[in-house]
Amino acid sequence: MSEAAEGGVRLPESLRGVEPVQSVRTPIRLEYDYRPSASAESYLRAYGEKRIIGHRSPVDGAVFIPPRGVDPRHGVAISEEVDLPDTGHVGNFCVTHLPIPGRKGLEVPYVSAWIHLDGAAVGFLGLVSGCPSDEVRIGMRVRAVWKPDDELGTTAENIRHWEPTGEPDVPLERAGNQSFHAGRGDEAGA
Amino acid sequence: MAKQRTAVLGVGQTKYQSTRGDVSMAGLVREAALRALVDAGLEWSDVDAVVIGKAPDFFEGVMMPELYLADALGCVGKPILRVHTAGSVGGSTALVAASLVQGGVHRRVLTIGFEKQSESNATWALSLPQPFSVSINAGAGGYFSPIIRRYMARSGAPDLIGCMVAFKDRQHALRNPYAHLHQHDLTFDQVVEAPMLWDPIRYSETCPSSDGACAMVLGDEAAGDAAAGPVAWVHGAAMRSEANNFPGRDEVNPQASRDCAADVFRQAGISDPRSEIDVVEMYVPFSWYEPMWLESIGFAERDAGWRMVEEGATHLDGGDLPVNCSGGVLSSNPIGASGMIRFAEAALQVRGMAGDHQVEGARRAFGHAYGGGAQYFAMWVVGADRP
Repeated sequence: MSEAAEGGVRLPESLRGVEPVQSVRTPIRLEYDYRPSASAESYLRAYGEKRIIGHRSPVDGAVFIPPRGVDPRHGVAISEEVDLPDTGHVGNFCVTHLPIPGRKGLEVPYVSAWIHLDGAAVGFLGLVSGCPSDEVRIGMRVRAVWKPDDELGTTAENIRHWEPTGEPDVPLERAGNQSFHAGRGDEAGA
Repeated sequence: MAKQRTAVLGVGQTKYQSTRGDVSMAGLVREAALRALVDAGLEWSDVDAVVIGKAPDFFEGVMMPELYLADALGCVGKPILRVHTAGSVGGSTALVAASLVQGGVHRRVLTIGFEKQSESNATWALSLPQPFSVSINAGAGGYFSPIIRRYMARSGAPDLIGCMVAFKDRQHALRNPYAHLHQHDLTFDQVVEAPMLWDPIRYSETCPSSDGACAMVLGDEAAGDAAAGPVAWVHGAAMRSEANNFPGRDEVNPQASRDCAADVFRQAGISDPRSEIDVVEMYVPFSWYEPMWLESIGFAERDAGWRMVEEGATHLDGGDLPVNCSGGVLSSNPIGASGMIRFAEAALQVRGMAGDHQVEGARRAFGHAYGGGAQYFAMWVVGADRP
């Protein structure tokens, strides 16, 4: 190979005629400590006591979960914490047939769902189990199944999964994400 | 001050494929950029500025790649601007480039979107564990599947509409030499029988992972007039966004999408999109998004978009509103380029340069991209006639 063909670089004898390298794969990893914000810290510490907390908007009382210290509709700060029950309904869901690398104890297919807690104005993600995946429905009533007390940490994964309660479903048109109207009195959704 | 008229002078694309191991990112973007310049009949020195977009940096793990790509894009000493709006970025990037011409800042702007998915893993990059939440979301499909499920429930669409879209787009792709997937022997039954990944989304109803770049050269009115070949004039351009989780959000048909479409059609003077637009390139990474966006944009009534699919209205052969004649995102998905490909293919159609997937006599075309949790939108209308 001529010098020009090698990009004008003078190679040592040992590398002449060697196949050019086109790409190099270099896996990297980064470990870091997570320092939560004030609202995240309250939220995660509450899980350690098997409590679920949200933030209530000062504008109209809508309750957000997870609490992020802000009402995204109005851009106003929220500081009022409220306890939410560990019951609600499936707003929507996906039956996933792909394993998640590094996630132990999750057999496929699994059901990831938007869980709408009674009294919350938005849903949050949770795993649904305790019934065959083809029996999960939009509007299905569920309750939290917590890990045993000696396995609790400060994590949302203290809730092992959500299981059906057997109560009547929330009708499709009222299940999942709904407009919030203060004082409607039926935010429980059931 | 009135907007300056703006035209697409040239388009350049790479062949989309799973791995472009023979080129670096720089080589990839330069290939598309050179082709766009050749198409426009211009030289590097004719370009005043570069606007570049790609998906989040952590996909490939190269931070701020626009800095190192400036050299390959011939813009050392010229302005380069990076745009960042998740999956819609290719569309937003084109619109930012257009705005520099419309605003009279530059006369000719090179714009480019790219992705090298072979050096990345987008599904797992989108599934990073977050301290706030349980780790159960497996990629973009896991996010969009519930939204599709809700659309199916509320529209009453037959279960196989998504498969019809997927089969149609793979047939279209056979007529586009740049498309990644060329599945000559694919049958409709094979699409239907493919395994479920994110029920109700089958493997066959998802987009591939592609390497590729797409570039355009945009110019002002004088540059458009001076072009030797046909140009595509920008008739309307709009972007909108919204938060991805708030009470009352219609995630199937987001307000930001409806507002964006209304704005772009108002600018283009279009009151009946279905009859006034000749061809559509829209961002459909999962098959069901074709009927969903047809409704949201205003090509169909609410809950009736699936009927257009069922009737074959969106097919290149015999449809009155062909959608994704290039094969769409379902056939090629270099993420950061995918939105720009939609915009560029719309331009190619009204220039009469779409080759075997040309819609005969196309005068006005619609280009569309969305991103994030269906929360960022970019759209344009281009036409063969000066606006």
